[in-house]
This record gives sequence, structure tokens and C-alpha cells, in this order.
Amino acid sequence: MTAPISISLEVNGERVDTYVLPRTNLADFVREHLKLTGTHVGCEHGVCGACTVRVNGDIVRACLMLAVQANNASVETIEGLSDSGEIADLQAAFRDRNALQCGFCTPGMLMAAQDLLKQSAEPDREKIREHLSGNYCRCTGYQAIVDAVASTARARVGRAS
Amino acid sequence: MTTDPGKRDGLSVLDRPNSYIGKTVPRPNLDRLMQGRGLYVSDIELPRMAHVVFLRSPHAHAKIISIESSTAKRMPGVVAVVTGPELAAIITPWVGVLSHLKGLKSAPQSAIATDRVCWQGEAVAAVVANSRAAAEDAAEHILVSYEELDAVTDMSTALDPATPVIHASLGDNLAFERNHDAGTVDQAFANSDEVVEAEFIFGRHTGVTLEPRSVVADWNPAEARLTIYQGTQAPHMVQNIAALHLGLKESQVRVVCKDVGGSFGIKVHIYADEMATYALSKLLRRPVKFVADRVESFNTDIHARDHRCKGKIGVNRDGTITAFEIDDLTGIGPYSMYPRTSAIEANQVVNLVGGPYVTKNYRARARVVFQNKNVMCQYRAVGHPIACSVTEGLVDLAAMKIGMDPVEIRRRNLIADDAYPCASPSGLRFEQLSHHAALAKLINMMDYDALRAKQAVLRAKNIHCGIGIASFIEVTNPSAAFYGVGGAKISSQDGVTVRLDAQGSVICQTSITEQGQGSESLTAQIVGSVLGVSMDRVRVILGDTDNTPYGGGTWASRGAGIGGEAALQATKVLRKNILDVAATILQSTPGELDIVGNSIVNTSDGAPRIELNELARIVYFRPDTLPPGIQPELMATRHFVPREYPFAFTNGVQASWLEVDTDTGFVKLLKHWVVEDCGTIINPQLVDEQIRGGVVQGLGAALFEKCVYDERGQLTNANMADYLVPMSGEMPDIDIGHVVSPTLETELGAKGAGEAGTAGAAAAVANAVNDALQPFGATITEIPLTPQIILTALGRI
Repeated sequence: MTAPISISLEVNGERVDTYVLPRTNLADFVREHLKLTGTHVGCEHGVCGACTVRVNGDIVRACLMLAVQANNASVETIEGLSDSGEIADLQAAFRDRNALQCGFCTPGMLMAAQDLLKQSAEPDREKIREHLSGNYCRCTGYQAIVDAVASTARARVGRAS
Repeated sequence: MTTDPGKRDGLSVLDRPNSYIGKTVPRPNLDRLMQGRGLYVSDIELPRMAHVVFLRSPHAHAKIISIESSTAKRMPGVVAVVTGPELAAIITPWVGVLSHLKGLKSAPQSAIATDRVCWQGEAVAAVVANSRAAAEDAAEHILVSYEELDAVTDMSTALDPATPVIHASLGDNLAFERNHDAGTVDQAFANSDEVVEAEFIFGRHTGVTLEPRSVVADWNPAEARLTIYQGTQAPHMVQNIAALHLGLKESQVRVVCKDVGGSFGIKVHIYADEMATYALSKLLRRPVKFVADRVESFNTDIHARDHRCKGKIGVNRDGTITAFEIDDLTGIGPYSMYPRTSAIEANQVVNLVGGPYVTKNYRARARVVFQNKNVMCQYRAVGHPIACSVTEGLVDLAAMKIGMDPVEIRRRNLIADDAYPCASPSGLRFEQLSHHAALAKLINMMDYDALRAKQAVLRAKNIHCGIGIASFIEVTNPSAAFYGVGGAKISSQDGVTVRLDAQGSVICQTSITEQGQGSESLTAQIVGSVLGVSMDRVRVILGDTDNTPYGGGTWASRGAGIGGEAALQATKVLRKNILDVAATILQSTPGELDIVGNSIVNTSDGAPRIELNELARIVYFRPDTLPPGIQPELMATRHFVPREYPFAFTNGVQASWLEVDTDTGFVKLLKHWVVEDCGTIINPQLVDEQIRGGVVQGLGAALFEKCVYDERGQLTNANMADYLVPMSGEMPDIDIGHVVSPTLETELGAKGAGEAGTAGAAAAVANAVNDALQPFGATITEIPLTPQIILTALGRI
């Protein structure tokens, strides 16, 4: 049970075939094996949300999932979402609203916010606060983040109509 | 609303065309952080880098009898297992005292415990391996034999004769005591219509930076040089301390600080495990990385605010406050932290209580005691939340006693806006504050009377809402009076170098640091404005002792006020130097020329004469075309430290509107307001976001955050599931207003804004909860205001 196990998966659209120890969690795998250090490790017990990534389209805590569980899955990290341009407008809103200070929570926060915006076209502030309430930010006090998500939602609805 | 007494008649260097001062502009380089392409210490990997894991004591107080590590040393990937005595050959111990805190004592502390552990979490051995996992595996195979000793945990009995003394050589468990007596306190109380007393209890809490403390130490034996990559607020302080205790010269130590995942004072200290990591790198002649895990963070990041403070206030029926008296007790763990000491918070409490008010009658005692818990030290708004909660709690109790509105009693007692300069009863000197203007603005923003009416309507429906007000003062821009005078090698001055590069852009090196506050932005805004170039032409370099001027860094709300002024002064020199060259090139005079929009222009008609990149080209590549004797200096350095006032005090007032569920004890924060006066505002958005973030940290202390120790000194909630922090769902929107009273000590006029939010938030919430509970006759003077505390006060449990 302790020997490396072969896994194949897609990470940010690239195929990855490698061996991992069974105990390696997904957060350590993307950071240490793939050097995708935008996925941050804050608590390592699933509370802070800093390691949030997308697996097969759903956001998960990468620290609570083993890398071997991602075999055959499609994993997307903040680097992938940034390079594809999927969240360029959300990132611009974060910049304009100064919705980040130290930036350590920001990749996970952007992941969670984009997840909400995909589910709900124009969430109200309470719904935004609720959806982001699994992502800890010590710097901002959250209001700027809520503002940035709300303004992105409004802009996207405007573009769609 | 400006109370600037007219120092700056006419245009200052800040009022130039296209000035960025006072404007909201986005911080440079945010894309890096938003795309996950920052470089935090936890991201750094170096060739041959090993990872250290510390085996930590499970006991609060115990003798180390033996450490058996032969099995661990044979585990796969293990480089070394190192104990305290072995590391003591590499790094010397330290004592966290400063001479200006008279009587402060502490015991020598080692990088790794040598014969005794004094708190649960103190390191007893280091395991270095080629991965963190391998090191953790090996750590499980180290057998430590302990003889458990009695743990001193309750600070209220720490000084009792029957309580064991933690450090026998110190004689007792008293680390520091300060007494202050001003005016005629006894007479004032005797002559008061009413005297109210209460005991205020503050939960021990901690910073919970999202990135744990992290360090990579890289000793290169061939260069005899140590490079330390560390998320620190004060790189030059780390350089000094590391060199001192490793027997090196400062020139042999370089400290590099890239992105930092939150600091808030947690990362301004020197921790034993960080010292051990530096020493291990030197011992093992290779890079060593330490990243605390979350449990270690809770057990070893400094804690703060473990205070019990008895307070007393005298008041007359006309609302006049006649005197304040406090007796503060705080437990700081087994050692005074290094090098800033753990006496500063209690000292600040004595300094700050009663600070916003007119009365000169003030008596205070503060005692700082040792205990077998994790160390306590300076965390965001050091001492301010304690002083503010005690002062404002007492003021509200006094108002309640005489049946006066909380706003009215403040109006009658806050120092008048035209009474400055003046001094507080503890001897603090105030240059210019604006309590009344701030209070008036707050009342207007929150529509106080309408809110009171709404409260009454809701009360009739059995919905219990409360309004809490808290005025405060804040220490910012500290001079050498804070640490330097006590012998600490912590610089209170900062330096900035600016230079024009060969394409007409500006490179700026500053000794202040960035942890997200916006140090880089405010520096670029000042440099761009004063020089006359656009911000995109200004690149700011910080966080590297090899590549910045010497300076203090970013802490105690000093970056903008001190580092910003150095940037302003350096840029003025560069501007003069550029105009001198331009006058030579253009056969004009400096007075006839200006720099606007990246070009030299005529002062008279604004017509562009020569772009800065063309000027730079001539200076750097065709100096032969300049007249003989002209040697342009397109690089300038200036340093700054406040000399006139030891601290630039700011002031402000906060208000909380909340609902207490009297059945469940839950508090719902509905709205929060802050009016703050930080002098010149460089970037309104950054100031507001500093305040909002600070408020939410204060709200965490008010409602959730507490390190819960049992009677044996075991921290029982050292994880993020059990230690609650504010999350977005529970936090209110926060409205912010400003009054602007620039300090005249600098041309910039900026004071600090980083701690104002934290200073008063808990006081406002506690006052609001008590306001909500008035119909029940319940008063609570303890935070965090958990459901258990509230239901107990209501007699429901």
C-alpha cells in the first residue's frame, strides 16, 4: 500500500502520466509534483479553502482528496483558469475593488466565486457571502470580495442580455 | 473636512498635475497574486534543499530526561535528527528584555529546548529529511522521556506564593509591572456623583495568518553567507538577530522577503523554530525549509490579549467623567518574546486608557506574568483593543448609571478639536486629533436618531437590537521611542532610493515591506506624483536586505507615514537632479522647467521639451555631449524618522448595530461604521480596505476567537474547525468615513491606518450587545461574546 501508484489525469488541459505515493493529497501533488504553486495550503484539514481546485467541473478541497482519486479526472487550478481567460473579468473586478491584500486566499476565493457565478446568474450579497463562507480571508474583511463578485455577476448578465 | 491649520498654502509637491495622491488606483502587480503566480516562502525550492519538522512537547511544563532517536535517524530520507544541546553549539540563546521597560525580566530561551520544556508545543528535536513527509514519519519514531512538572496556567494565581516559579533564577513569575498615577484620582472618585466598577476579561487569541510562518535558510559555506527567505515584516531586524546569534556579521546574512501570506504582527517577531532553521542550515551546510502546519501555528504563533482588567470610572450627573482607574493583569507564556518583548501590550494599555477624554485623573497598574502557555506578544493594534474596550465599556456603564445617552456623554468628555497640541493623562503627546468632528460624522452616517427609533420599534416586537459606540486613539508612525531607546536593533527610520533608468522609467528601492497593505502602491503613487511620471513607469523593489536601504519595515502603522515620507524626499532630490540636467541640455534654467507626464515641459506654457527617455539616453550613453564639469546624478536616497513626536496619534470612532437572539445567545452583526482620521490619505481605497480588514479582525475577537487552554496547559482547540475565525457569512458591510488632520511633522502628512479597525471594533460590539440587553438588566464585560456567555448573563443557562 505504500508503493507509488500509476495515475493518468488531465491538469489544465494537459495530460499527466505519473506515479504518486498513495498518501499524497491532491494539493501536495499539484504543488510539489506539477509545481503549480498557485494552489495554496492553509490548514490541511479542509476548513480554510485556500487549496480549492476544480475536479471534473466541481470545486473541491485539494487537501482532502488523494491524488490517486484524481486518476482519469480533469483537474483545473488557478493557473488553468487564468490562462484560459475564463475568469479574466472576475480577476479585473478583484483588482479594481482591491479585493485581495496578501493574496494567499485569492486563488481559492476566485475558484469558489466562479463556481457560484456558474450556478447562479445574479446572486444577491447574502448568497455571495454564503457561498464564499468556506473560504477564509484574514486581510480584507470580505466586503471588497463580495463587491467584486457582485459587479462581475452584473456585468455578465449585462453581456448576456 | 480638514483641520489642517494651513501649513500648505499654495501647491505642494503632492498637488502637482496628474497627482496620484488621494486617488484610488489599483495596486501594481496584483495579477501575479490573482493568477497564482506569486512567490510565497512556502513555494520556494532550492537545490539540495532539505525539510525540517520539529518534534514538539506534549506537556506544558516538563523536564526532558532523554531523547532516543537512533531509529528515527535510520529512517528513509532522513538527513539528521538534532536536539537542543547539539544546536546550542551553533546558535546562542536570547533574552527578550528592553531597557526602557524598567524591571522587565525574562529567562534565556534556546532555539530548541535543552533540558526543560515550558509550553505545549515547544520544540524538543528537529528532524531534517529530504521531504516533509519523511521527516514527519521519522519524528514519530523519536522517543522522548519527560518528567512532568506542575504547570502554571491561571494568570490570576501566577503570583501567589503557593504557585511554582517557572524560572527559579528570576525569583517569581512577575515579568513586568508598571504603575502610573496622574492628577488626584482618590479625590475625584470621592467627589463624583457616581462611581462604577467592572472587570473586563479578554480571550487569548491569535493571528491565524492564512500562510503559516515559513522560512528557507540557505547557508553557503563557500561564500560563508546565509540567505534567509522568510515572510517577515522586518527583514533588517531578522538580519541583525540571525547574525548576532550565529556569530556572523550582518554582511554575512541576507534576508529576502517575497510575497507574504498575511502577517498582522505575527510575522514581526523572531521565533525559536525559525532560529533553529537558520542554525540547521549552517550545521548541515545546505538549504533547510520550515513551513509550520496549522496545529503548529496555533501552538507557536504568538498569542495576544490574554488580559483581565479591573476598571473604575467616576462620573457626575451632568455627564462629566472625573477619573479613570485600571488594574490590568496579563499572562504572556513562559518567555518574553524576542526582540520586541511581551511587555509592550500591557504598557500600551496603561498608555491608552482614557486617552480620548479630557479628565487628567488617571491611575493604572499593569502586571505581566509568566505562565506555561504559548508565548504572547504584539499582534495587530497592540494593546488598543484592551484599552478601548475598557475605556469605552466604562464610559457606557457610566452613561447607563446616570441615564445619559452614550453619544451625549462622549460629546461632553472627548477632548475638544481645538485643544491641540495637548497631552493625555498618561503623558502621551497629541499633535492634532478630531474626536468631535469624527463623532459628528459618524452620527450622521449611521443616522443615529433614526436607528434609536428603529431599535425601540423592534424592542416592542421582542427583537433585541443594540447600538454600540467606541471612540479610540491609535499609535502610528513610531519613532525610536518604541524599541530603539530600549536597546533593540530595530530601526525606526526608513530609506528610499529612486533612480531614473536608461529608458526614463523609475526604479525605487524601499526598506518598508509589503504584506498586502499596499506599500508598493503607495510608494509608486508618491514617487510618480512628486516626480511627474506615470505609475506604470515606477517599479518598486522591497523586501531584500541586499537591495534596499536600511530600515524598519512594515509594522505599527508606519509604512505610509515614515516610508512614504522617505519616498517623497528622495524623489524631490531626483526631480531636482533631473531638472538640472534638463536645463543644461535645453539651455534653460531649472526654474523654467517641470516634469509632467513623463516629459520635461516648460513651466510657463506646459509645452513638452524633451521626454525622460531621451534625457536618460543622453545622460547614460552620450554624456560626451554635455558640457564639461556636468555629472548628472539620476539616483537619490533619503531616509526619514519622526523626531518631533514619538508617535503620530490618530483617532476615530466606530459604531456597531446588531441583534441578539435572546433564546440562542447568537449575535447577528447588521452593520458597522467607522470614521477615522489618518491624516493625508494617499489611496482612499487602500485605507478603507485596511480599516475593513482590521475591523473584521476585531469582530473575530469580539465574537469568536479564543485559544482555549485546560488547567494543565493543553491548548484544546488548535485547529481551524474548533478555533473560529470570521467568515464572509457572519460579517456585516462596513461603512467608512474620514476626517483629515495631516501631521505637520512631514511634508506628506500621512499617519498610519492599519490598526484603527482592530482598535475599536470589539468595544463597539460589546457596547452594542449590552445596549441590546438593557431590558434584561444584563451587562457583559467579557469577550468573545459567545452564545454561552450571553445566555449565562441572561440567566438562561
